[in-house]
Amino acid sequence: MSDSSESAGRRVWRELLRRRRAVFGLWVIGALAALALTADLIASDKPYYLKLDGESYFPLAIDYGVWLGARQWPPALVNQRFAALAERAEAVYWPPIPYSPTVPDITGDVFEPPSRAHWLGTDGIGRDVAAGMVHAVRVSLTIGFIVVAIQASIGIALGGLAGYYGGVVDLALSRLLELMLGIPTFFLILVVAATFPPSIYLIMAILGLTGWVGIARLIRGEFLKVRAMDYVAAARSLGASDVRIMLRHVLPNAIAPVLVSMSFGVASAVLAESALSFLGIGIPAQIVTWGSILSVAQSNTTAWWLAVFPGAAIFITVTAYNLLGDGLRDALDPRDQGT
Amino acid sequence: MNGAMLAYAARRVALFVPTFVAITFMGFALMHLAPGDPVEMYLSGGLASGQAGISTQKLADAQRAKEQLRHDLGLDRPIPVQYLDWLSHLARGDLGRSLKDRLPVWDKIRERLPVTIGIEVLALVITYLIAIPLGIYSAVRPGSRFDQISTGVIFALYSLPSFWVSVLLIVFFAGGDYFNWFPPGGLRSIGSSSDWSLMRRAGDLLHHLALPLFVVSLGSYTELSRYLRSSMLENARQDFIRTARAKGVPERAVILKHMLRNSLIPMVVILAGILPGLVSGAVILERIFSIPGLGQLGYEATLARDYPAVMAVFAAGTALTLIGILLADLALALVDPRISFSGGSAGE
Repeated sequence: MSDSSESAGRRVWRELLRRRRAVFGLWVIGALAALALTADLIASDKPYYLKLDGESYFPLAIDYGVWLGARQWPPALVNQRFAALAERAEAVYWPPIPYSPTVPDITGDVFEPPSRAHWLGTDGIGRDVAAGMVHAVRVSLTIGFIVVAIQASIGIALGGLAGYYGGVVDLALSRLLELMLGIPTFFLILVVAATFPPSIYLIMAILGLTGWVGIARLIRGEFLKVRAMDYVAAARSLGASDVRIMLRHVLPNAIAPVLVSMSFGVASAVLAESALSFLGIGIPAQIVTWGSILSVAQSNTTAWWLAVFPGAAIFITVTAYNLLGDGLRDALDPRDQGT
Repeated sequence: MNGAMLAYAARRVALFVPTFVAITFMGFALMHLAPGDPVEMYLSGGLASGQAGISTQKLADAQRAKEQLRHDLGLDRPIPVQYLDWLSHLARGDLGRSLKDRLPVWDKIRERLPVTIGIEVLALVITYLIAIPLGIYSAVRPGSRFDQISTGVIFALYSLPSFWVSVLLIVFFAGGDYFNWFPPGGLRSIGSSSDWSLMRRAGDLLHHLALPLFVVSLGSYTELSRYLRSSMLENARQDFIRTARAKGVPERAVILKHMLRNSLIPMVVILAGILPGLVSGAVILERIFSIPGLGQLGYEATLARDYPAVMAVFAAGTALTLIGILLADLALALVDPRISFSGGSAGE
């Protein structure tokens, strides 16, 4: 990128950091990302370290090795429950949440209220809610990011073509945008998700393929504005190709408002994914998500912890991205500088 | 209303039909291309349920029965033919029969649409009653403590997932485990009958609708009061407000008569904006509170692969969305003289 867009980016970043609520959103998003990256270290039914009959083991590390296909479980640990092994071990160091998100804790009970053993209680088949929620951060954020990446790619490509070439191309693409706007999106997603076999990738694809209209309209408008600028004419007279002009000269100057929509886009993708898993549609049953935990509470109303915690997680995530989007919009608004 | 405006309206209305056809065809094709077959669903609910110890003869019979049924339902024809058939029936007000119970789908829609729309309209009234005073209050003293707090609260409301609020309300106020104040779902008490007085029936209905209405209206405060606030603030800077103040119009009248009245018209746009999300929102809400509306019908039909019913709900959703967009554009065009239609008569 050229120097001027670099400094423009830095100015927006500085403006953003001056807004308390946006900074708060950034911190929350950073914390969630850290949680997603380290979920296996925080919640796992395999100890970090186990000393058994004089031998030292690192079960969590071994688990990664096995998963990568690089090694096999040592004979002493094959098909053993670590909670049982730990009782006769000389030394054991557990992760803070010593439970698997998917395997029920057979020593506990189903619908166990929050306690010292299970911080956030257990669900209808005895799975630890805290472990499930930590791993669900991964599902939510991955879906959020990939969906928005798909939306941005389609939106930028189609919106850019329409705005840059104008004329017939613009007319045809604008009609397509109008069509897309008329679709009752969530119901369509529901129908598709319910008729195809449940899969997390399918959810990403349909949320991505239905949600790009906003970005396309924004980019179209920006391209229309920018393509008439002198520097574009200058680039063209120097013999730059259309593709080069679009990617090197027009796009960097049109991309700013898209960042705002992308931030709001992550928020609504997280919401849509939660709503679908809440309805029990589209997400495979063995994957624990915030929405799937929440849906259990609906029919088991004594279990307040199944209603409060996962919903709060969705709320916090969505709010963080909305705050960031709001802050970005303010930071990008040239009329609003210095307030 | 001038000629250009009329021409614009006519052009927009004329576009309605092709757009509707394109979208419903896409939905129709998607549904029929998906794996899984309504015939299987249909039979597993009836004929073939509990098929222990099937002989090859029986299997062949079942296969033939399936083919027969597929033919009877018209599912063995090419998708465009099936779609045209569906469309021509739709034009005559016939949505086909449900694969689930063989009842006309049109009757089901007619029975359920008023429930969904009714809830939405009631919620809208509540929203306006609360959001308008809120917006006025914020706009009259921008930056005040009240303005800041209400902005914060309203922003939080905007991020609040409605299904979470619904589940919380059910768990704490309707589940019977904590505060048993409201019924957990449905529209009527089990013991209710037509002998009850009108008041008693209305009270019963409202008792059932209290939680759903609360949830539906919750999501709309943000947009409405934010919109009103910013539009009133914009009006406050206009010359006619200064003129009104200068000639000694009492402040209350300035706010209510001059600022508010000019801010209210664009709010029609918000009203139209509710239509597109209507069916989608209804699916989750009606599912949680077991309300027999359009959303519930759509959800159940989707799970049962009841094509005619799914298509009917999809078509209803598409129509509502398109009507919403149309209304919003027309209202905006009517209100804002700066929008020109053919470059001719802009502004006055």
